[in-house]
Parts: sequence; C-alpha cells; structure tokens
Amino acid sequence: MSGSSKSTGGGLFAIGYSLLFFAFLFGPLIIMTITAFNSSSFPRITPWECFTTDWFGALIRDQRLMSGLSTSVGIGIGVVAISVPLGLAGALALSEVSPRLRTALYSVLIIPILVPGVVLGISTIVFWGSVGRLFGGDHGGIFYNGTFLTLAGQVTFIAAYAMLVFIARLQRFDPTLTEAALDLGATPGQAFRKILMPFLGPAIGSAAFMALLASFENYNTTVFTILSGNTFTTALASKVRLGTDPSLSALAVIIIAVTLIGAMINEAHNRRQELLRTGRASRSRLYTNPVTRWLTHPAGIGIILLGCAAALVYAGSEHDSRACRADLIEQKRAVQERLLQEQRQRIEEQKRLQQPSATTPPQPSNNPSPFGGAFSPGGLAPGAAPAPAPSTNPSPFGGAFNPSALAPEAAPAPTPVPSANPSPFGNAFNPGSLQPKP
Amino acid sequence: MTSNKDVVLDHVSIRFGAYTAVDNAFLTIKGGEFFSFLGPSGCGKTTLLRCVSGFVDPTEGRVLIGGKDMRDVSPNKRPTALIFQNLALFPLMSVAENIAFPLEVRGVGRKERRKRADELLDMIALPGTGDKKVHELSGGQRQRVAIARALAVEPDILLLDEPLSALDLKLRQHMRTELRAIQQRVGLTFIYITHDQGEALTMSDRVAVMNTGVIEQVDAPEAVYNRPKTAFVASFVGENNALSGKIASAESGYAALETPAGLLHGVAAGGRHYKPGDACILFVRPERLMLARDNDSVNRIVGTLEKEEFEGNIRIAHVRIGNAMIRISRVNDGLSAPLAPGENVTLAFSPDNATVLPVSSMAEVDA
Repeated sequence: MSGSSKSTGGGLFAIGYSLLFFAFLFGPLIIMTITAFNSSSFPRITPWECFTTDWFGALIRDQRLMSGLSTSVGIGIGVVAISVPLGLAGALALSEVSPRLRTALYSVLIIPILVPGVVLGISTIVFWGSVGRLFGGDHGGIFYNGTFLTLAGQVTFIAAYAMLVFIARLQRFDPTLTEAALDLGATPGQAFRKILMPFLGPAIGSAAFMALLASFENYNTTVFTILSGNTFTTALASKVRLGTDPSLSALAVIIIAVTLIGAMINEAHNRRQELLRTGRASRSRLYTNPVTRWLTHPAGIGIILLGCAAALVYAGSEHDSRACRADLIEQKRAVQERLLQEQRQRIEEQKRLQQPSATTPPQPSNNPSPFGGAFSPGGLAPGAAPAPAPSTNPSPFGGAFNPSALAPEAAPAPTPVPSANPSPFGNAFNPGSLQPKP
Repeated sequence: MTSNKDVVLDHVSIRFGAYTAVDNAFLTIKGGEFFSFLGPSGCGKTTLLRCVSGFVDPTEGRVLIGGKDMRDVSPNKRPTALIFQNLALFPLMSVAENIAFPLEVRGVGRKERRKRADELLDMIALPGTGDKKVHELSGGQRQRVAIARALAVEPDILLLDEPLSALDLKLRQHMRTELRAIQQRVGLTFIYITHDQGEALTMSDRVAVMNTGVIEQVDAPEAVYNRPKTAFVASFVGENNALSGKIASAESGYAALETPAGLLHGVAAGGRHYKPGDACILFVRPERLMLARDNDSVNRIVGTLEKEEFEGNIRIAHVRIGNAMIRISRVNDGLSAPLAPGENVTLAFSPDNATVLPVSSMAEVDA
C-alpha cells in the first residue's frame, strides 16, 4: 500500500467523506430530477406511481411562469448590454488613476455589491420615483415601469460584478503592449480595439455570462422593483408559496440539463485549447483521426449533446402515461372498494354473531360476497367439475376466486351444464360428473 | 548638415516631482549612427529613451528629430520605433500579424501586409515562421521578430531598450553582431540603452555614459575605456584599480599623486590642471599593470599576493597594499608561472596607462 495514505490513516475516511460530500451536494438535485418524472401530484419519489413527462407540459402551459420567463430574458439581455460596458469603463478608469485615488474609487464602486439586495430594491423604487415626480411623469411613465426599475436596480450591482471581472483581467495586462502599439503608429483608438479588446475578450464573455446569470436568478432586488409584474424568479417564488407540484422539478431538470450541456461544451473547448496551446495536438491520437477529432471538437460535442437532448424531448413528448394512470386510478378505486367490502363484511360478521342460528342462505350465482365466492362450496369441487360461470362477476378480484377459473381448460364438462345452475354445489354432486369419459 | 535621422537633445531635463531623472542632457546623435546610452539601472537612460519616443515630455529643453521640434508630436506620429525591454510582442497575434501590425494600422491591405511581413521574416532569417504564435518562438527569435516589427514602420530612428538583457550569454553575443549587421544594412540611427558595457562597447559608434541623470561622457568606445573623463566612467566601464590620494605635483599633462602605496604618476585626464593638495584618484586597469623585474619604472607598488584566480585566458592576481586591494590580470600565454599566495610582488605601470581624476562624482560606484 502507498505510504502516504497509511501514514495519514485517512484513505478510507477520505473516500467516505468524499462520498458523503457528493451525496450532500448532488442528492437534492438527483431526487428533484426523479420527482419530475413521477406522476404523483406532489413532488416525491415514494410511492412511485407512473413514469410521466406530463409535468414538462404543465410547466410550459403555466402562463404566469412563461411570461415571467420572457420578462426575465429581456431584462437579462438589457442588464448585460448595460452593465458590461459600464463595468469595463469603471475598470479602465480604475487602472488609469493614481493609486491613492484608485483605492478610494474602488471602495465606492464596490459598495453596491455589499449593500443587501432588499435595500437596493427599495432605494431604486424610491429614487426613480422621485426622479419621476421631478419630471412630472404620471404613474404610467417609465419611472414607474417594473421592467425599467428592475433593469436600473440590477445594473447598479451587476455592473460592479462585471467591473471586478475586468479588473482581475486588466491586472494581467502588460501596458507596454499599448505603448508598443502607439509607438508603431496606432492611434489610441486602434490600440484599444486591436490590442486591449482582444485581450479582454474572455473577460467580456465571462462578465456577460455572469451578468446574465446574476440578473436571471436575482430575487431580493427584483421582487421590489418589478412592482406588479413578474420575472421568472418572482413567479417561481409565488408558485412555491401557493403550493408546489412536480412541474418545478421539471423546470429543475431543464436547468440542470442546459447547465450540463454548457459545461461539457466548455470543458471540451478548454481541453482543445490546452492541446493546441501546448502543441500536443499533433501527437494526440484523438486529433490525428478525423472522426475522433470532429467528435472531440466543442461544436461536435455540442451537436451530439443537443441531438441527444432533442431525441429525449421528442421521446418524452410521445410518451403517454394515461393508460398507466388510468390503471392506477382503477387500482385505487379497487382498493377503496375492497376496504368498503371488508367493512361491510365485518358489520355482517358482527350481526351473525348476534344471531348464531341464522345460516347463510345459499348464494346466488351473482355472488355479492367480498370473498368472491371463495367460500362457495362450488369452489371445493374438483377441477373436472364445471362450475357455472357467471357472466358478470362484480367481485373486486376480477373473478380470480371464481371456481371456474380453476378448471383446466382441457377438461370440458362431460354433461351439458345448464347455463344457470341453481345448485349452490355447482353440480359437484351430480352423479354424471363421476362418469368416466366415454 | 542635418539629416532627418538626426536626434538632438537640446538641454533636456526630465523631472518627476522633486526627483530629477534626466539632468540637462545635451547631445547630438548623427543620422545612421549606432549610439548607446550606458549606465547603471536607475540612471535615467530609459526615461531619456521614452522621451525621444514620445511617452514622456521633457520638463525643460527640446527633443529635435530631423531638425523638427517633437513637442506636441504624439508617439504614433514620430519617426521612431521602440523595441521594449520585454519586446512587447502581441501575444494574441501570429508572428506575421505582429510584424504587419504597423502596416495594418496604416490601412495597408491584407495581401500587401503579408508580403511585407514575409520579406522582413526573410531579412531576419526566420522564413516560414509567419503563422506561428509568438510563444512558440525562442528568445532569440522573438528578439528578431521585435526588430522586424519595428523596421516594418520604416522608421528613421530605432530605439532599443535593453533588448538583449533577457537572453542567455551565448545568444546575447550572437545578437550583438546581428544587431550591428542589421543596423549597417538598413542604415538607420540606432539609439541603444544598456547597462552592459560589453554590449555598448562592441556595437556602438559612440557611447554616452550616464550616472544619476547626468551624462558624464560622450565618446567613442575606445576613448571611453582608455580616457575616462570622470571617476564614475573610469570605475563603471571595465575593471579598474583605484588608488586615492592627494596631488603632490602637476605639470605638462601629468600629475603625481601621494597615495598609501607611494608616489604614483598618471595622466591628468582631459588636460585638467590640478593644484597640489587636491583630492584625486589614480585609476590603472588590471591589464596595464605588470610584474616588475627591474627597478627603472616610475610607478612601483610593492604588496603581498593574497590569491590568484584562474579564468582560462587570463589569471587575476589580488595584491594587498596596505588596506587597498589591487587586481592585476596576466595573459595565460604559457610562459608565466602561477604565483604563490603570500609572495611579495612588485607591480609597475607606465604613467601613460594611469589616469588621475578628481574625487567628485565618485558616488554609488563599487570599483
């Protein structure tokens, strides 16, 4: 065994801890995913009822959630469009000013991140409300528009996030590159576009992505600034408050799937870049074979994953769980009925105990007994004895206890059986039945 | 006669607050000259270079290029190209894109740019590397790409800020001859900044030695080495032995100095007139000292050999004379035997090989 795990004694413990940790991280997600496919109207795994994809349909049919989604997407795009340039400008300004001023400015610009979102939300309403009054706008004006206010409120702190991303990237920028560009004849504008912007490219991408996510998932600020409207998050929150159903799990499944696909494409992209950067691509077997090279290309992986997702969505939309659920309802009804019958039986038992002399009258072939004729003497008849098969058996056991069910099909009744045999003994004592077959 | 490749520093001073980076620099760099600024780090040579390229404005004085005052001319409008210490190649561009960048910002078409880049790559002996990324090149190759990029602008003056300092010794020596060859081929004015005297002496037509913002001497490499004008130049450029003392007598270009090692004679540098009693330093280079065999030399120093270092082509003997240590280097010519430590030796040198300089401006030098 390796010395390190022995000396620390943590091998098993470390594995156990890791497993627990992963269970802690991913357990809720896994359970949530499973509940999305259970037909139970409350999100749960047990009892498992039917595999269903109906909750996805229910989710899409939810008008409030879907209009919230489109509002959220609109606001998200607006926030990205405003806060990324604002954050970039702030970061550039900070990198240009003197160090002392920079510290002061930095603290000021970072405040919106530290202030609680609730405070930002309320102050946004108050601020723009007074601006609206200043300009004499009425309550239908833009300063009382939920989308505008949410945009304004979210940009205040998301621009600061974006600025942090840009500052981190700018710290790694070599300012002599700009000087070199100027020296080689570039105008300041050209130096910015051709040297600084390409360098900031990845940061612009991550800032935009982060801004979109931050805007999309924001609740504290938005719940105030959206006023009477709804974003996806606020719609979701109010839905949970009113009582949840598995369509939320279905939403979670969609979000998880989108995230996973994005992460896998990103990982493929990173690995490819790494391979190309280190120059190992030419030596890698994956890259010399055209098929695997295409398969490991981010676009290839994206196409494959999206194709899989589309196939799953199609299969899911074709899946019909109505039969299963109808069965289930039938079963439930049966269980109810059985319970009802048992109760009736018990009541009758009690009655019988009170009147022991009273014998049970011979049962008609339409057997109302909850035991489905199990106590019917005919049930004791040997298999060869054809029992009258009642055409309509009301038994909840579906005729399972019907004596005729026990009759082997190979043994037809030797004597013509009257269609309605009045004997409770099912012709068991009929002498003809003992006759050997001619 | 002025060419448009002349650079004139007309009493240039550059100050940052109370700190003076460059103090009253006045010199003319002729067109087509390989001119070096040599000095220890922090002496203001880089500031001076940035002033010529336009990133720093002179606090006083003027910079003239081709006879034109460069004040209010921004860096991208000046006929200069600067090669940065870290080369400042654009990491996101290919080699060819780097070289063609100056053409790109001047609106030259893509095909023409590529053609010019390939020509320049041929010139720096890196044909076919145009599509490589910068980080795929070795240090020396990057160096040459930086030069090619600077030459793509067709500048009148090429400014080089310690471009060889990041290279290893062998490559540095190779690049010295290469740079010199390129300069002679393109016929541009090269202004070269370095703290490495070897670079300055081997490549330059003229060298300006700078110390704490002041240009101490402007001369051809030989003159800077053989006839230093200040104590700083004497001790900074090359190895030198310094013996301080007071002037005993001075006449007809020579001075006699009373030192702990005895009365020594040397050239009064730059025809200076010393008075008896002036505090001075006598400099004599290790290779100009000889082991004395006879007693007819004017300058004789007697000391004890501490140790002798063997450096292959030469031996360096460390001789203790009172509190001072004197170094003497001897060519390993196969005739001279090594000296034994503790041996008493007598050193001699001709007065023409020694320089007597005033003490001032001797600060911050480890001789």
